[in-house]
Amino acid sequence: MHSSIADLKKGERGIITDSSSDAIPLKLLEMGCLPGNEVQLLQVAPFSDPLYLNINGSYLAIRKETAALILIDKIDE
Amino acid sequence: MSKQINVALIGNPNTGKTSVFNALTGLNQKVGNYPGITVDKKEGICKLSRGVKAHIIDLPGTYSLNASSLDENVVIELLLNKNDKDYPDVAVVVTDVENLKRNLLLFTQIKDLKIPSILVINMADRMQRKGISLDIALLEQELNTKIALISTRKGEGVDKLRELIENYRTLSTEPCLDTSTIDTAYFERLQKAFPNQELYKLWLVICQDVNFNTIDKKEVDVSAFKTKSSSELKRLQQKETIKRYQFINNVLKQGQTIDSSKATDLRSRLDRILTHKVYGYLIFFAILLLIFQAIYDWASIPMDFIDATFASLADWVKDTLPAGAFTNLLAEGIVSGIGGVVIFIPQIAFLFLFISILEESGYMSRVVFLMDRIMRRFGLSGKSVVPLISGTACAIPAVMAARNIESWKERLITILVTPFTTCSARLPVYLIIIALVIPEGSFFGFSYQALTLMLLYVIGFGSAVFAAFILDRALKTNRKTFFVIEMPSYKIPLAKNVGLTVLEKTKTFVFEAGKIILAISIILWVMASYGPGDDFNNAESIVKTEYPSLTEIELDDKVAAHKLEHSYIGIVGKAIEPAIEPLGYDWKIGIGLVTSFAAREVFVGTLATIYSVGSASDNEDEDTIKARMAAETYSDGSKVFTLASGISLLLFYAFAMQCMSTLAIVKRETNSWKWPVIQLIGMSAIAYIAALIAFQFLK
Repeated sequence: MHSSIADLKKGERGIITDSSSDAIPLKLLEMGCLPGNEVQLLQVAPFSDPLYLNINGSYLAIRKETAALILIDKIDE
Repeated sequence: MSKQINVALIGNPNTGKTSVFNALTGLNQKVGNYPGITVDKKEGICKLSRGVKAHIIDLPGTYSLNASSLDENVVIELLLNKNDKDYPDVAVVVTDVENLKRNLLLFTQIKDLKIPSILVINMADRMQRKGISLDIALLEQELNTKIALISTRKGEGVDKLRELIENYRTLSTEPCLDTSTIDTAYFERLQKAFPNQELYKLWLVICQDVNFNTIDKKEVDVSAFKTKSSSELKRLQQKETIKRYQFINNVLKQGQTIDSSKATDLRSRLDRILTHKVYGYLIFFAILLLIFQAIYDWASIPMDFIDATFASLADWVKDTLPAGAFTNLLAEGIVSGIGGVVIFIPQIAFLFLFISILEESGYMSRVVFLMDRIMRRFGLSGKSVVPLISGTACAIPAVMAARNIESWKERLITILVTPFTTCSARLPVYLIIIALVIPEGSFFGFSYQALTLMLLYVIGFGSAVFAAFILDRALKTNRKTFFVIEMPSYKIPLAKNVGLTVLEKTKTFVFEAGKIILAISIILWVMASYGPGDDFNNAESIVKTEYPSLTEIELDDKVAAHKLEHSYIGIVGKAIEPAIEPLGYDWKIGIGLVTSFAAREVFVGTLATIYSVGSASDNEDEDTIKARMAAETYSDGSKVFTLASGISLLLFYAFAMQCMSTLAIVKRETNSWKWPVIQLIGMSAIAYIAALIAFQFLK
């Protein structure tokens, strides 16, 4: 079952499986948003957007629409 | 002449690159512009041993050598152009110990350009707290470089860095990644076509156009190799990025250990409060109130002092120097003109103090995060908050701060509406008019005057947001928007960094604004002191025949007033009077309005010049600008500055686009005259209508 970063709940983690959509900016890839890397949702801003993430050790925030393009496998804890 | 070593400081944003720059150069630094663009160019000199000096450039922060903004492009332009006089002998790549993995991406790219590179690992003082330990010798060997472990906060490691810079010739220029492994066939053909060029450099030139369109002076023409579509190129860039991370992960697996059980988690605890859906906003608004209090209240003490000092300085000049045209020019034109600039210093300094503390501490990113969703409703980005707050200092740096907004439409709207926010140039106008027309007294402990000022700020911010809302609907684009912001770790701001920022920004503002204000003051004085024809030149005899029974002082005043009315400036003012009369202004205020289109802050100085030329008496009480304005009356004895005309003036200044420098910056940033012209006409029309309604309603 494929899910994306936008499906994560606060505190949940996942492993990125695909970030090759053309709508994902290169800058995000360079910040570590690449297949195989771990991502954790740390905080959700008021009105549930943007999302505050830890991707591969980098702390950054992206909008939900971009997050929905980054596919992941959820890690069950 | 001793040999200078060219050093380029490069690094990701939020790595403390500027602290390293400040530690190396101290006060030996200056800020200029890169030719043709408005990116700040920070340079400094660092003394090494035996008379050797290093010329250091602090390049804009960038995440990689694939530029996506004007600022980032500066870095690539310099590193790709060996003929540039600033082309580095050695690159100092600054990284943050907490983000080493990501920061090393840029390092490997620079290394692949075969530029001798030193790796600075900054914020070493945080290692223990974060449970990080590094095997420096191993990292040096794996990355083929020299490493300086630095803590600018504690001043450690800077000497080591100086030593490494001095011995840059011993650095290896071995690349980290074999570029051709990204796509063997493609890169083999590329190398064959340009056998004398670095492969990685060729690749960067090809990719640069994908992300960023304005490179012109290319050393090599690679257009024949644009055989791949931009989405194919992007896939190759992704592949390259993956390969770089593989390399970095291998290196760090051996050279870095993180024991996260030792890490104290300040970040998540602070984030929980500062980005909370209730407390987050409360804290943000409390901070805004504090800033506001500082500008209005605390800054007024030094400002009153400056105002009084310049008033007595002008008197002193008049009393001491021999009477004549030159003394008058000095006292009435130049001294009051300079006073009109100097009076800004406290406010500008306070604003930049707060803004740089917010930026340095890492809090500004949380505000961006908190505000993005709300701002997006108005066609803005969370990142528009920074320009809108900076706009309360000055629209010029604020418009430039819009650069890191990724989406063009959001960026354009931010640029267009930023000049609505109450910049510090409006403050002197507001302060003086409020003091003149708003009665003293208070409402629940807040003085009417302070409330009026606060209301003007709200109007400024509200109209910016409202205009954004309209523009969002009016402008059509189908470009996709995106938004990425790094959330840096919280840090206590370094006093040295904050101090240097405040000093540098204030200096730039005073000199830039100062030039315009001084020039206008002199022109004004000349135009007010000379005039054509009989009415001006024979003023004394004309007035004498008209009012034969005046005392000497009354006569002098009448003559001065008559002269001013028939001077060149008086003629201009009279000409526009019909247009501004419905707003409640006389021709003298009209002159202030006209000159304000160069820069708003000129208004007070203009009135000061006009009124001091227009009065011959040396009445001690009338020496401050405010007192002179309060004494201004129409010929029937009624006051010029009433509640109605005052409110009308306040509204006019709240809305009108009266700043040539901002228009020029908007032209540069949007690369078209269309937007500044729309701003000028649109905002001034709103100003006129608002002032008209206010005056007609209140009069």
